[in-house]
Amino acid sequence: MSAQLVDRLDDARVVVCAGPGGVGKTTTAAALGLALAGRGRRVAVVTIDPARRLADALGLGTLSNDPERVDPERLAGLGVAPPGELWASMLDPQRTFDGLIDELSPDAATRERVLQNPLYRQISGAAGGSHEFTAVARLHDLVADPRFDVVVLDTPPSRNALDFLDAPDRIAGFLEGRAVQALLGQGRTGFAARLARRGTGLALSALQRLTGVDVVRDLATFFEALGPLTDGFAARAVAVRSILRDERTRFVVVSGPGPIPAAEAVFFRDHLRTVGMPFTGLVVNRVETVAAGAEDRDGAAVVAELSPVLGRDAAVKVGRTWDEHRERAARDAAAVASLAAATGDDRPAVVAALDGEVFDLPALGAIRDRLVAGSARG
Amino acid sequence: MPVDLLQRRLVVVTGKGGVGKSTVAAALGLIAARAGRRVVVAEVGRRGDVLDTLDPPADALRGDPTRVTEDDGERFVERPVALDGVAGSLHHVSISPEAALREYLRDQLPIGAIADLLGSGKVFTGLTAATPGLRELLALGKVWELAQPERRTPGAQAYDLCVLDAPASGHAVTMLGAPRQFATTARVGPVARQGDIIAATLTDAAATAVVIVATPEELPVGEAIELEEALVDRTGLHVAAGVVNAVLPDRFSGAERDALRAGAPHDPAIAVADAHARRAHDQQRQLARLRRGLRAPVLTLPSAAGRRLGPEDVGALADRLTQGLTRVAAS
Repeated sequence: MSAQLVDRLDDARVVVCAGPGGVGKTTTAAALGLALAGRGRRVAVVTIDPARRLADALGLGTLSNDPERVDPERLAGLGVAPPGELWASMLDPQRTFDGLIDELSPDAATRERVLQNPLYRQISGAAGGSHEFTAVARLHDLVADPRFDVVVLDTPPSRNALDFLDAPDRIAGFLEGRAVQALLGQGRTGFAARLARRGTGLALSALQRLTGVDVVRDLATFFEALGPLTDGFAARAVAVRSILRDERTRFVVVSGPGPIPAAEAVFFRDHLRTVGMPFTGLVVNRVETVAAGAEDRDGAAVVAELSPVLGRDAAVKVGRTWDEHRERAARDAAAVASLAAATGDDRPAVVAALDGEVFDLPALGAIRDRLVAGSARG
Repeated sequence: MPVDLLQRRLVVVTGKGGVGKSTVAAALGLIAARAGRRVVVAEVGRRGDVLDTLDPPADALRGDPTRVTEDDGERFVERPVALDGVAGSLHHVSISPEAALREYLRDQLPIGAIADLLGSGKVFTGLTAATPGLRELLALGKVWELAQPERRTPGAQAYDLCVLDAPASGHAVTMLGAPRQFATTARVGPVARQGDIIAATLTDAAATAVVIVATPEELPVGEAIELEEALVDRTGLHVAAGVVNAVLPDRFSGAERDALRAGAPHDPAIAVADAHARRAHDQQRQLARLRRGLRAPVLTLPSAAGRRLGPEDVGALADRLTQGLTRVAAS
């Protein structure tokens, strides 16, 4: 794993960025997209919840579910030339879910029955926790889109973010499973229904006792409406599984140097191993580093040197800031080394802390440069 | 105890992912425990962040999975956390919807064997997972139980305060809105009744308060402002305070910032000071934006000098938080 991170992505068709919230994962996804576009690839970046400034930086004002192309003239100054292209979008769970129902419904009546069901609204919105599922649904659409060579996917910022790896399997399995069959078997007659009820009757009546008959009836109506889509969901699950397990799919784990994000990043890395998916590399963002040659200089030396220039008071403040910086840099270096060892990436991409937030394309370009150049042997 | 906030039975800590919710939850728990109270900090979903902060594991990166045992097969494990010089006590519990369902069934159904059969059965757990809001309601039901002056759990001792280290913003709103949602959609049945009772505790400002945590950056501040609105509109909960974590000292005056930019551009110490000054300045702008946008009072916590927070750092943060909360209570 000793090639640079970006080199490990050279023939990628899909790049999934996973990691805890608050470590700059979305910005990393955009910067990786920029780097790949700079290598002549047509890139679609799917962000989950970007800062408005990132959308502004891409010159898009707002991001929508459909990828929009970043102005090639503005990219030219950042080394992106044809055939390289950068497109960006923001995941809209509701629209993605609606689109999926639309695609999988055998007819208009089925589609409307599902879309109008009140439970569907609750489940499919962002509040229903459907980010994980819709992220992969979107990935599937974009991989099939001939406009793009590579799709860079940001992932939802939660510990169960990796749920998306088996989200389609779970939905397909669930629809075919006995729980739904029990619901659908309710009130029906005939041998098949009796068979479905056998052994599940206890579960169903317990749920009814707990939640009331209305909830169970609503659920039954919903799954009945969803029934004709079962085969479509199953086929989709197979397709997504093959995308995620494709040899041209890469998983990048993004972290920061703090102990809580680092522990989560290791958790992600271990989870990838558990589910048998490849780990491509580690990005550690917001790392403070001491400039080369300045390692031995301490705050007192800074105060002595700068007092004549800045005045004593300001020089003392600069000295204190410098000592804090050195302390952080030392801790960050140790954190990066232990993260590298724990994840097994001997050359993680280390991105130095920025002076401010990313608010324009050159700033994103600077992050990309740090991503590409920042690789350090751990 | 001077701090009004911690006189509540339940304090919910939420905010954007990665802003330090667990640290603030740990500090709040510590303040109450120092004041002699019996405190439980509850985390949702097999996490041990609060525990790892107050009592760091030997391997910081992989933690110790056996420490965050949720339940012993029957009941949730309420694990005491050893703290020095604390008059009261602090306990930790990790709550998953699955374990909450098992415990709920055990309490609701007359025969334990049937409860076990249901709780471990694929069909029943599948059905509960498919019912929107039910998982959130079950987990929250356990939190509610921990906060009761008389516990439902047989033989369990009551806590003076439960601090919930809640999920991030959007998920927290879904979770905290679940009791009300259930009370209205499921009109009959024990879960609907339970939803009513839980919603009554949650929306009682004397019993429950929310603390929204943010860092002084664009996204977390925007999310905090939206979160307060969503909590008030969709859950009816009372937001008592905003806490801004990791605030850099704004130590350079405007004139000093100009001097830094003018002088010795190739000196790395000046470059670092200049970056620090600009970052601190940006933070102050975001802080001002939060103070304008949030109805609740806003407190700040300093950026820790080191990255690795330990029990002492949490203690120092607890001191700062106590000062801030006391000021808020007095104003």
